[in-house]
Amino acid sequence: MIEALGLSKRYGSTVAVDDLSFTVGDGRVTGFLGPNGAGKSTTMRLIVGLDAPSAGRITVNGRPYHERRFPLHEVGALLEAKAVHPGRSARNHLRWLADSNRIPRARVDEVLEQVGLSTVARKRYGTFSLGMSQRLGIAAALLGDPEVLLLDEPVNGLDPEGIQWVRRLLRSLASEGRTVFVSSHLMSEMALTADHLIVIGRGRLIADASVSDVIAQASANHVKVVSPQAPALRSLITAAGAGVEADGDDALIVTGLECRDVGTIAANAGITLYELSRQEASLEEAFMEMTRDSAEYLADPDVAGSVA
Amino acid sequence: MSTAAPAVASATRKTLPRPSPTRQFGAIVRSEWTKLWSVRSTLWSLLVTVAIIIGLGALFCVARVARADRLDPRELRNFDPTGFSLNGIFLAQLAVGVLGVLVITSEYATGQIRATFGATPQRHLVLAAKVAVFMAVVLVVGLVACFAAFLIGQGILSAKFHEAALGDPGVLRAVVGGAVYLSVLGALGIGLGTILRRTAGAIAALVGLLLILPILVNFLPSPWSTDINKYLPLQAGSALFHTVARTSTELSLWVGFAVFCAYAVVSLAAGAVLLARRDA
Repeated sequence: MIEALGLSKRYGSTVAVDDLSFTVGDGRVTGFLGPNGAGKSTTMRLIVGLDAPSAGRITVNGRPYHERRFPLHEVGALLEAKAVHPGRSARNHLRWLADSNRIPRARVDEVLEQVGLSTVARKRYGTFSLGMSQRLGIAAALLGDPEVLLLDEPVNGLDPEGIQWVRRLLRSLASEGRTVFVSSHLMSEMALTADHLIVIGRGRLIADASVSDVIAQASANHVKVVSPQAPALRSLITAAGAGVEADGDDALIVTGLECRDVGTIAANAGITLYELSRQEASLEEAFMEMTRDSAEYLADPDVAGSVA
Repeated sequence: MSTAAPAVASATRKTLPRPSPTRQFGAIVRSEWTKLWSVRSTLWSLLVTVAIIIGLGALFCVARVARADRLDPRELRNFDPTGFSLNGIFLAQLAVGVLGVLVITSEYATGQIRATFGATPQRHLVLAAKVAVFMAVVLVVGLVACFAAFLIGQGILSAKFHEAALGDPGVLRAVVGGAVYLSVLGALGIGLGTILRRTAGAIAALVGLLLILPILVNFLPSPWSTDINKYLPLQAGSALFHTVARTSTELSLWVGFAVFCAYAVVSLAAGAVLLARRDA
């Protein structure tokens, strides 16, 4: 279990994390979602005590990370996959980590096997691809067989097969009762992997809810209706007090009414409908919706459109 | 990826024994030992150090023997055959100092330092373990190199000069002192590396302190130049591997050694304070 309470981190005048409070529970995969620069990696560093909070506190299983002498037995973290000396072999990298926490060296070969790096265990890290680096980083996180796993963007650079493997691994770790906290800026990835989401933007908490709640919240009462008499239907819907937007020539997107309300209004006016459907936003759209105001680097949609 | 996707192991929980939180320092020392020897540059740098101390020492001795009949009387006065055979240390110290700097700055350069401090949040213990491991390794390598350089050097010098023997006053101290000097210098390198975190900056600081500062101080009017110079690390520390005082102005042997050690201790203490304060 990870608990943040009023957590803040400032670097000079930049506020990276701003009064964050959340709890990451056991036995499920919790996704940590936010646009680039939202403060995800800073939060991860605060969890493992690499950076000191400017205010508030953050604990793992009830106490600050840095109070442990051999933390790898309790908490495993993948923070930066590339942070390995290029001249050292994968096995030797894991060996010094194991030695520092009195983890038996046999465990090194076990985790190398588990992440599929046994055949390259003796190769210098400098020759590794990004995908192999990620696997080594995951191996390092698993080394102490920890109850709590923190993984910062673990699927970056993995091929589709590797991504599926990480998904299954995370789910299986969570099903063993472990706390699994995974950050990502890919909403689609989290939709497939996570049970629960903590969404932040500009260092602030935006949502702390189950994946299905986040989607439902963002797609509440979106109804698509297609009719040859769209303008007439539009004025009726507006008169009923609901929001409506044109979506092409014949289609309308209605907010604030359910399908049956729209159907009733149309039937009463004798308007023909070709389509009437409830719109489920994807997690991606939900996320865009939630973080629109907090994305640090926004592309100008006009410029982006003209390039595309 | 050339490797096949492995099946997700259905690991059972808590199969690893939890160690008691004692004997932590031993674990960190072992970890630092593993780190030091798992990159090739360590072995190469130490071999270069040994080669310089033995090779350069022998070369100086051969040159002196060749010119033995034409030496200036001043060069013959106060001749220190022990210190002379150990002159390679003046160059080898750079290899040791740079390797000491790299013990910590290479971790900052790659970002690996965050894995190190994540595994051991007690950062001062990591620094202490690095110093302990590196000083011990340099001491052993230095002893081998200094004894070899001494024995080979005396063998060469004996053709024309009265050579020193290990039993002579101060000789054993000087030969062992050469290794101790290098070991303390390695600690100074780690200290500077910890403070500055960047390889280039720390090496520049080390070279500046050892070699450039004495040159600059010499431009000062006397007696300031000699008064200051004797407290600089090279001048203060190098008496340790000589049996005869080289100038009338240098500090006494053990005072000089204490001053030399103070540079290492102060830099490491400053580094430890910064480690605790800074974000990794």
